[in-house]
Amino acid sequence: MKEYRTITSIAGPLVFVEKTEPVGYMELVNVILADGTVKRGQVLDTSEKLVALQVFETTAGIDTHCRIRFTGEVIKMPVSKEILGRILSGSGEPLDGGPEIVPEKRLDVTGAAINPYARDNPSEFIQTGVSTIDGMNTLVRGQKLPIFSGSGLPHNDLALQIARQAKVLGAEEAFAVIFVAMGITAEEAQHFMNDFERTGALERAVVFLNLADDPAIERLITPRLALTTAEYLAYEHDMHVLVILTDMTNYCEALRQIGAAREEVPGRRGYPGYMYTDLASVYERAGRIRGKMGSITQIPILTMPGDDITHPIPDLTGYITEGQFVISRELHRRGIYPPVNVLPSLSRLMNSGIGVGKTREDHKAVSDQLYAAYAEGKDLRGLVAIVGKESLSDRDKTFLEFADAFEDKFVRQGYEEDRSIEYTLQLSWDLLATLPEAQLTRIDRKLIEKYHPAHVAKKVAEPVPAASS
Amino acid sequence: MEVGQKGRIYRVAGPVVTVTGIEAKMYDLVKVGDEGLMGEVIEIDRDKFIIQVYEDTSGLKPGEPVENTGLPLSVELGPGLLSSIYDGIQRPLPVLNKRLGDFIERGVAAAGLDHSKKWDFVPEAKPGDEVRGGQSIGYVQETANLKHKIMVPPNKTGMIKTIEQGEYTVDDVIATLDDGTELKLMQEWPVRVSRPVSEKLMPDTPLVTGQRILDALFPVAKGGTAAIPGPFGSGKTVAQQQLAKWSDTQIVVYIGCGERGNEMADVLTEFPELEDPQTNAPLMDRTVLVANTSNMPVAAREASVYTGMTVAEYFRDMGYDVSLMADSTSRWAEAMREISSRLEEMPGEEGYPAYLAAKLAEFYERSGRVKTLGGDEGSITVIGAVSPPGGDFSEPVTQNTLRIVKVFWALDSKLSQRRHFPSINWLDSYSLYTQNLAEWFVDHVAGDWEGLRMRAMAILQKESELQEIVQLVGSDALPDDEQLTLEVARMIREYFLQQNAYHEVDTYCPLQKQHDILAAIMVYDDLARNALNMGKLVDDIINIPAKAELAQIKFEEEYGSRLEEIETAMRTELA
Ligand SMILES: Nc1ncnc2c1ncn2[C@@H]1O[C@H](COP(=O)(O)OP(=O)(O)OP(=O)(O)O)[C@@H](O)[C@H]1O
Ligand SMILES: [Mg+2]
Repeated sequence: MKEYRTITSIAGPLVFVEKTEPVGYMELVNVILADGTVKRGQVLDTSEKLVALQVFETTAGIDTHCRIRFTGEVIKMPVSKEILGRILSGSGEPLDGGPEIVPEKRLDVTGAAINPYARDNPSEFIQTGVSTIDGMNTLVRGQKLPIFSGSGLPHNDLALQIARQAKVLGAEEAFAVIFVAMGITAEEAQHFMNDFERTGALERAVVFLNLADDPAIERLITPRLALTTAEYLAYEHDMHVLVILTDMTNYCEALRQIGAAREEVPGRRGYPGYMYTDLASVYERAGRIRGKMGSITQIPILTMPGDDITHPIPDLTGYITEGQFVISRELHRRGIYPPVNVLPSLSRLMNSGIGVGKTREDHKAVSDQLYAAYAEGKDLRGLVAIVGKESLSDRDKTFLEFADAFEDKFVRQGYEEDRSIEYTLQLSWDLLATLPEAQLTRIDRKLIEKYHPAHVAKKVAEPVPAASS
Repeated sequence: MEVGQKGRIYRVAGPVVTVTGIEAKMYDLVKVGDEGLMGEVIEIDRDKFIIQVYEDTSGLKPGEPVENTGLPLSVELGPGLLSSIYDGIQRPLPVLNKRLGDFIERGVAAAGLDHSKKWDFVPEAKPGDEVRGGQSIGYVQETANLKHKIMVPPNKTGMIKTIEQGEYTVDDVIATLDDGTELKLMQEWPVRVSRPVSEKLMPDTPLVTGQRILDALFPVAKGGTAAIPGPFGSGKTVAQQQLAKWSDTQIVVYIGCGERGNEMADVLTEFPELEDPQTNAPLMDRTVLVANTSNMPVAAREASVYTGMTVAEYFRDMGYDVSLMADSTSRWAEAMREISSRLEEMPGEEGYPAYLAAKLAEFYERSGRVKTLGGDEGSITVIGAVSPPGGDFSEPVTQNTLRIVKVFWALDSKLSQRRHFPSINWLDSYSLYTQNLAEWFVDHVAGDWEGLRMRAMAILQKESELQEIVQLVGSDALPDDEQLTLEVARMIREYFLQQNAYHEVDTYCPLQKQHDILAAIMVYDDLARNALNMGKLVDDIINIPAKAELAQIKFEEEYGSRLEEIETAMRTELA
């Protein structure tokens, strides 16, 4: 191993070193302080004489006399099946006082891209028991579907509820949860851990913790360690892995910090121009591979700065992920949980996960109709504020009332309430039945005749069971 | 330039590698490092050559060897292109999958075409024939519906000395010219150079897409250019895939440029199962896919649009109509920006290189309806998706694209949020081809086509004006005839413009059906206004049962008799 004492300059998280032997791009480097402390870093730029490193921990305490050891290899994650149930730091060191992980393998954390030709289409419906998700923004196995939230909103509760209730109907398969904390508070992290412990999920979980007071630059590596572990469990041990990444906003801040330290030309709002590519190298590690049993489903959580969905962090994320759940401050203020605003929410893989043989034939049409009707009802609220309810037509009044009922019955549900998809669809029909039938233009006539409560009632000549909430 | 000479790596920073010790030209292809990673010379600074490398550079060290091939980045063109899926530099993904497994490791070269497969060559020229570049000398029946013409490469000309018939690989000589030139089933062409044509022609035929809003309101011509900008989730990819599925061209080149892996997997599973409405053959048979997803190397993403375009030009040169979809051109522009910033070039607007506009223009200029060197007519229609940050169309890529393209399909998140798909905003979008193409529609579909189109647009325009008033006073305050206008506009939006890409019938709407639905809405409009004049109540007019039936027509395959019944019913109900 090559060792040098030739640091020439230090700027923020960057350290510049002169050296004589060739050093590889992205190589792992140890910086050894006078007192023996070792800090880890990575090569960002290498030329014949000079190397630029980014140090994952703070550069506090580093001076030009420190020793620099080039390891000759890129960063690797030691993995083994024993890793389940373990709590690790943001750089993969055990935090739980347990034994060192005896690695079965050491895998490159950068992770090569999945060959698109080797990908299998995610199409297995995951029932989360949450109506706004299952009914209108269905999650499927192998999808990457983030939660766009704001500070102070209950995104963590929603993520936990999904993690707790998620199941593939009629399947008993090995699953695991990988929880990746990036720059969240100890309190938030504890909230997750308590819930995992309460439900026994911890045994099937791997936890990576980089908390708010941990080094910011370390966050750049944490999700990669976690996803390398996820790939190992999914593709070598046939497990269905759910990866929760929170908070991606902190990850992006770390990215911006490095960019600024390198004096790069900044992109929008100071974030580096390559942030899209960088985020893609995290998010695209979700999916399914043909011929493999396991899968990786990602639920990244991010807090939108200023609740602005056009901010580069949610914007670039939305351009990569397969949809998003958007948490609404307005619904939250009105006491509705889970405050999912369905209108800007989307699941792009919904169509391959629903329908005949998966959920039910009317699922897509019902969902489209709910969207259209709710959007119209919400528009009318704005109008009512100006012209008053009296000047609405009868037709418009039904839409206005529909929007209220929709939020109250469909969106609102309990933190522990686990609704079946049949229940969610029944609830949808009951709500749609309050609209004039001729207004249900998104739904095929045949489906209306088969499922509309008025028709069902005619057919069986007995009242439909009312939905309880 | 010396071929095969060895240089050394001087510096590595991301996908940009600086080397010394070679003598290279701009855009020469070089092999970098012990693993021979492919790269291209993009800047020369005295004795230093700056290379963009198409593969991941982790672990690459200064001092490792570099070899110059002396050739520009080229693609292999010949039988076997159809139904292929390539990465950005024409490496077949199935071959990489076989050799490397499920993940794309680096340092593997793979030829674009299968060099061992034999094709049945049928000659159409004979010894003694004078041939020019671009002229076809025979063909290979590549798929049931496509004769893959074997053309003399553009820069060659002469007299045929020998010509073979029978089974050959792409490397076998199938003909020789009197000057000794050997012709093969395959030719190579540098991707950054457009293939020559004899003349550019004016586009005069529509690209029929089966998408109502596109064909009826904002058509693109064969050989034309269109852009689809829109925020995330507004429907760019679905629109591009719909076009790839249903456009009436013989060849489709689909470039997934910096987008999602699952979307390419989706195309790969779906296209072989779907039928081309023109030929009933599997759609995959006419398709070439280029997939350089967002997590694949960014330099290869930059190259991918040129790879796709060169393949498109090659089929155009055979006299075919080709449509090319690039999803998304913004990712390509960002790749240029990333490389440019690593070169520490002076940035232009929003960090994009100053040559962004020029590169976009060059790319779209490779489209067009042309007379080929061989004397046929062919075309390339280019449809580019644009992904503006924050959905803001004032950003450089959208703006520079709009300066070039003739058709603008503006996606609108307000529409997509209420699941109005395709969420193309009918007020913001435009097509500069409508005038030129009107005659074609009148001749081939219906005499009143242009009239219906203009009437529908006028109603939609009127609706938006009325909506402003409604926002202030409520719809009940409008006079009856204006309430009727709002209702007819609603019908146009819901019964006609909305089209569900996932509905087995609605996904493709033949031109005649497009016409018939729109005509029926106008029949209602006439009858309703008449009824209003006769003193019928507007609420009753709006609520006639036959009108609701009309909403269902788009979902029905055999709609003719049903539509007649509806029209009869409307006449009775509104009498
Ligand atoms: N014509 C359509 N019919 C039905 N659904 C559609 C249609 N167009 C779009 N959608 C819906 O909208 C979703 C998003 O569309 P799409 O993936 O094409 O967006 P996009 O603009 O390409 O987004 P991104 O920029 O993030 O790639 C689709 O998953 C689908 O659910
Ligand atoms: Mg897309």
